Amino acid sequence: METRWEHFPHGADIGIRGIGRSKDEAFEQAALAMTQVITDAKRVAVREAVNITCQAPDDEILLVDWLNALVYEMATRHMLFSRFNVHVDDHHLDGTAFGEHIDRQRHQPAVEVKAATYTGLSVGQNPDGLWEAQCVVDV
Amino acid sequence: MDLSLLTHHEGCRWEIAPRGNMRVPAVIFASEQLISDMDNKVYDQVTNVAMLPGIVKAAYAMPDAHWGYGFPIGGVAAFDPEEGGVVSAGGVGFDISCGVRTLHTGLDLADIEGLKNDLADVLFFRIPAGLGSTGRVHLEHDEMDAMLAGGARWAVSQGYGISEDLLHTEEGGCMPGAVPDSVSDHAKKRQRDEMGTLGSGNHYLEVQRVAEVYDSVASTVFGLHENEIVVSIHCGSRGLGHQIGTEFLKKMAVSAREYGIDLPDRELACAPISSPLGQEYLGAMRAGINCALANRQIITHLTREAFASVLPRAGLRVLYDVSHNTCKEEQHVVDGVSRRLFVHRKGATRALGPGNPLIPEALRAAGQPVLIGGSMGTASYIMTGTAQGMTLSFGSACHGAGRAMSRHQANRRWRGRQIIDDLAQQGIIIRSLSARGVAEEAPGAYKDVTAVVNAADAAGIARKVVKLVPVVCIKG
Repeated sequence: METRWEHFPHGADIGIRGIGRSKDEAFEQAALAMTQVITDAKRVAVREAVNITCQAPDDEILLVDWLNALVYEMATRHMLFSRFNVHVDDHHLDGTAFGEHIDRQRHQPAVEVKAATYTGLSVGQNPDGLWEAQCVVDV
Repeated sequence: MDLSLLTHHEGCRWEIAPRGNMRVPAVIFASEQLISDMDNKVYDQVTNVAMLPGIVKAAYAMPDAHWGYGFPIGGVAAFDPEEGGVVSAGGVGFDISCGVRTLHTGLDLADIEGLKNDLADVLFFRIPAGLGSTGRVHLEHDEMDAMLAGGARWAVSQGYGISEDLLHTEEGGCMPGAVPDSVSDHAKKRQRDEMGTLGSGNHYLEVQRVAEVYDSVASTVFGLHENEIVVSIHCGSRGLGHQIGTEFLKKMAVSAREYGIDLPDRELACAPISSPLGQEYLGAMRAGINCALANRQIITHLTREAFASVLPRAGLRVLYDVSHNTCKEEQHVVDGVSRRLFVHRKGATRALGPGNPLIPEALRAAGQPVLIGGSMGTASYIMTGTAQGMTLSFGSACHGAGRAMSRHQANRRWRGRQIIDDLAQQGIIIRSLSARGVAEEAPGAYKDVTAVVNAADAAGIARKVVKLVPVVCIKG
């Protein structure tokens, strides 16, 4: 499968990586990888949509901004997200996150993400031409 | 880490001479074994820190150092504002003022035998832990600002605890220089429902037993004896601190070039102490420290309520409360000259030597208590600051065991349920919402905390006083 997410090891925390046929897909998959740090995204139903926009000086900071905007929405709305739509254009991001209110018994959250970081941060195309967007998240 | 890169000095002190853009040497305190096992990233990060403007003497890594963000976790660095010194959001980290508070209970092990399960249940019920938990205290607008300005002192004024608690808390429970207006509305909104919550990850509340006394003089001053039951609370400034860290990291990373700072790593984002951005961060970060102090104060109150319902004769008194993710303005003597420095401790504990006026009077003769959190199910230690440490490491020591294995690996290797059962066999009761969270915090995923404190002791940056072993652990 071309479009997918992965985790990669970091000494204290965890790295997240989104892979897709476009930058948009890579950003969407990176967000899914972040949810997977917290819980199994399959347990999170799609009931509500939250719109997010970000602007940054480059694509790498834009990825961190996108993930941190999701961290903020999760924390203040007490929600988890399992589906994402992203459109990136010239370091500007328009996105929608779909999910539901957190249910501690059903979602069994393993850990809270404090922030997406600039460590292990990169956005670009791999030798197969697929887009990869990754960074370490602090938990 | 490759030992040939380092020069070994007496005790557990290793040095990396300045090379490339390093302005000062880097110093690592560790045993040969710990340093051999240390990630090469610690070498990269501690030498990167040594490149920052205005750094004084050296960039330090503590025995529990591991790969962090910009700074290693277990990193210490002091900067002089008169020499273009910087303040770094990365050098403090996302969990501003994360720290440990230890409480006496007035009980011995025999007093709680037979009641351990009840105690675990009540603590788990009363103290919000893990993602999605919310506190009983909800703060808006003026109350939020009062908390950010007042810290634990504010919490006590609201009825959470007693004024004696403040005497045994760093800064008397209230960090001066906090500027609530420098904290964004987003950060405040993240904190609205999170006062008095433990958080998750490596945060916990533990009921512990004093298992061994190494220094009977200091332990007497600290009021600790063998088999005494204490409670240790490990948590920080919650969503507010995380949001402050996130926002200032970006601001500092984007503006570094304007300030003429060439960052070796974007995560080392910093600004001159004297700049408007540096001052704004210091005001916000100090408000974050107050948030953490207030948070641990409220949890202390909840812990007292929990004990009162199971063991009414318990009397919970604060031994000490010390933070390990901070930047503090301190006076230090460098080459015979007293200088005003901004000391960053990222995953490192302040460890002031005996007689220091910042130590509570009742404890001063023995030095500052240094509270070292271990991993779930192994051990924790209480150490004390030394006179030597004031010159060796700006009065700083390790903060915990430090991870030896990533969460990813730990989650593959262990099952949470099995760990809970194994620890129960050893008489340690774990309460947690998430089995996967327990697996990620498995004792085996951490360095040997005993090796870490022994190295700190051998290096002279702190001295062992007592060893604590867990009885009940409420995992965040």
